[in-house]
Amino acid sequence: MLQIANSENVLAEAQNLRESPFAIRGLTVSYDQKPAVFSVDVTIEAGKMTAIVGPNGAGKSTLLKAALGIIKPLSGQVTLMGRPVAQEMHRIAYVPQRASVDWDFPVRVIDVIEMGMFRKTGLLGRLSRADRAHAMSCLGRVGMTDFANRQIGQLSGGQQQRVFLARALAQNADLYLLDEPFAGVDAATEKAIITVLKSLRAEGRTVVAVHHDLTTVPEYFDNVLLLNVRKIAEGPVATAFTEENLQAAYGGRLGTARLNAAAVSG
Amino acid sequence: MVAVLALRASTRPQSAGNPMFFQALTFQLGYNATLVTFGATLLGIAAGVTGSFLFFRKRALVSDAISHATLPGIALAFIVMVSLGFDGRNLPGLLAGSALSAATGLFAVQWLASRTRLTEDAAIGAVLSVFFGFGIVLLTVIQTMSSGQQAGLEGFLLGSTAGMLYADAVLIAGGGALALLLVAIFRRPMMMASFDPEFARASGINLDRTDLIMMGLVMGVTVVGLKIVGLILIVALLIIPPVAARFWSDRADRVVLIAGALGGLSAWIGASGSAVAPNLPTGPIIVLTAFAIFAASLLFAPGRGLLISALNHRKFQRGVHIRQGLVSLAQGQAIYEPLTLRLLQAQGLARADGVATEDGVARASRVLRDEKRWETARGDPALEMAAARYDGLTQIEDVLTRDQIDHLDARIGPPRGVTP
Repeated sequence: MLQIANSENVLAEAQNLRESPFAIRGLTVSYDQKPAVFSVDVTIEAGKMTAIVGPNGAGKSTLLKAALGIIKPLSGQVTLMGRPVAQEMHRIAYVPQRASVDWDFPVRVIDVIEMGMFRKTGLLGRLSRADRAHAMSCLGRVGMTDFANRQIGQLSGGQQQRVFLARALAQNADLYLLDEPFAGVDAATEKAIITVLKSLRAEGRTVVAVHHDLTTVPEYFDNVLLLNVRKIAEGPVATAFTEENLQAAYGGRLGTARLNAAAVSG
Repeated sequence: MVAVLALRASTRPQSAGNPMFFQALTFQLGYNATLVTFGATLLGIAAGVTGSFLFFRKRALVSDAISHATLPGIALAFIVMVSLGFDGRNLPGLLAGSALSAATGLFAVQWLASRTRLTEDAAIGAVLSVFFGFGIVLLTVIQTMSSGQQAGLEGFLLGSTAGMLYADAVLIAGGGALALLLVAIFRRPMMMASFDPEFARASGINLDRTDLIMMGLVMGVTVVGLKIVGLILIVALLIIPPVAARFWSDRADRVVLIAGALGGLSAWIGASGSAVAPNLPTGPIIVLTAFAIFAASLLFAPGRGLLISALNHRKFQRGVHIRQGLVSLAQGQAIYEPLTLRLLQAQGLARADGVATEDGVARASRVLRDEKRWETARGDPALEMAAARYDGLTQIEDVLTRDQIDHLDARIGPPRGVTP
């Protein structure tokens, strides 16, 4: 009996991995001796929008960076449709935190977008007229066409974030990973970004975003991953984003009133 | 160091006649001098171009550690070649030695910065001084060797084109050209790694390998440039041209090209000067030339230069004063700021007692209208893109279409007259 159950589990697991555009197994990352992410398993659902939520220092950004190989994990496997993520990087677009960039760098907005097309052009290839048109259309999707020739330092924080998103759009990926896309942006930008993300989902692409505003989770996202070094919960917002789980993730750091306001009832 | 510099002090000064300098600049000073100047120019271009990426990556000072770390290699290569019975002054041999010790120094910096808690600047300071000190000790040892007196190794400290062989010049020119070719090939990953390393890695760029290529190029340019610029000052040829070029453009590709041109120009003038006065060290001449270019760029470059920035600021300030003054006139308020009144008067918009002229009345009502339109536009989410171009002075007619303005006007209501 146990044997059969086990083999069923193995089959189900294989199935999960094949169908998930972003599956993490046993991921542990540590800075020095202190784990930032400990033994986390995640199975992101295809064609959905998933929020990664947790308190400061919960390892949300670290999880994304380690899964992409930007920082080296201690252990763990990451797969995209069952294949090692390192082989499938061309299907992934990553939007880092805005703070990770030198904004005085001498590039124009359009140059930043075209950096998103490096995989296509490679080392020496040139951008075709169609490529350039594609870059402009990506800028258009985030409402930044008029700014194509501005130096990036001249943009506001929200506009910079939209340029980052446009660069990711130019990559034409299946999986979009965003690190705090709404951090410190104005309301117009937040609206523009969420509209673009929803259109990506409508096109059948998968969106995963580190998110810090608990109140907008149910409105913006289908699924949620609650993280505090370890995984607290994952699943549809309706079942995973509960007061109990939030309490477990945030501990005493969040007032009960805010938990109540944020969590979906039931 | 003292012993080394004492040698230099014994050289006799030479007069640098102007016609000769012109001949050197125009490649008319004999085959060898021409070749040396050509090689130096190519090296200068390569240094400016390679240095740009170093500057973008914010690792400019690593090149200082690399260059100082070449000294023990030069000295050891000399000792080894002499003890094996070869000519100790063989340039390829010396450069090979310098490359080996520079690579050791670079590795030491990388290792200290990544594997210990030392920061990169501390690692640079430690490596630079230890390698340079060791090199000076070895040079002093060489001074005591029988063949050491004529070694001329001190030329590697500050650069010297005197007595440079044809083959040496070819080596330097070839090295510069090779560096330029490699930069052309790897420019995209190097640029992306500099701008946004995390994104670059997520785009499949191997950051470690890209940095290795970048540092390898810097090392190559340093080693090849040792003979001409000298190890103490080569860092200047790598860094000053891109820093100067940055004043000229907000586009990285152009900064790289301009830096190459400025580096080439500095080296060309410097090497020409050195051809005229062979006893003057080449490095300082090149660096002073580069500095002059930097100073000129800092002051006069369009866009980011100090002069144009000051002028633009002044122009903007005056524009703001005039506009504020006109708004005050339109609303029948008194103008208190003397500068505002002076500017309005100068443009014939107001009289000395602060009363608007006929022109002033017309302009004031237009400005007030423009202010109202902006106010409405900036509150309208649909016009967000245009509103982002608001700077207090731009007329809304330059940003919105006629239809959009009509739409705004409909919301504001009919224009009000201004009482003079």
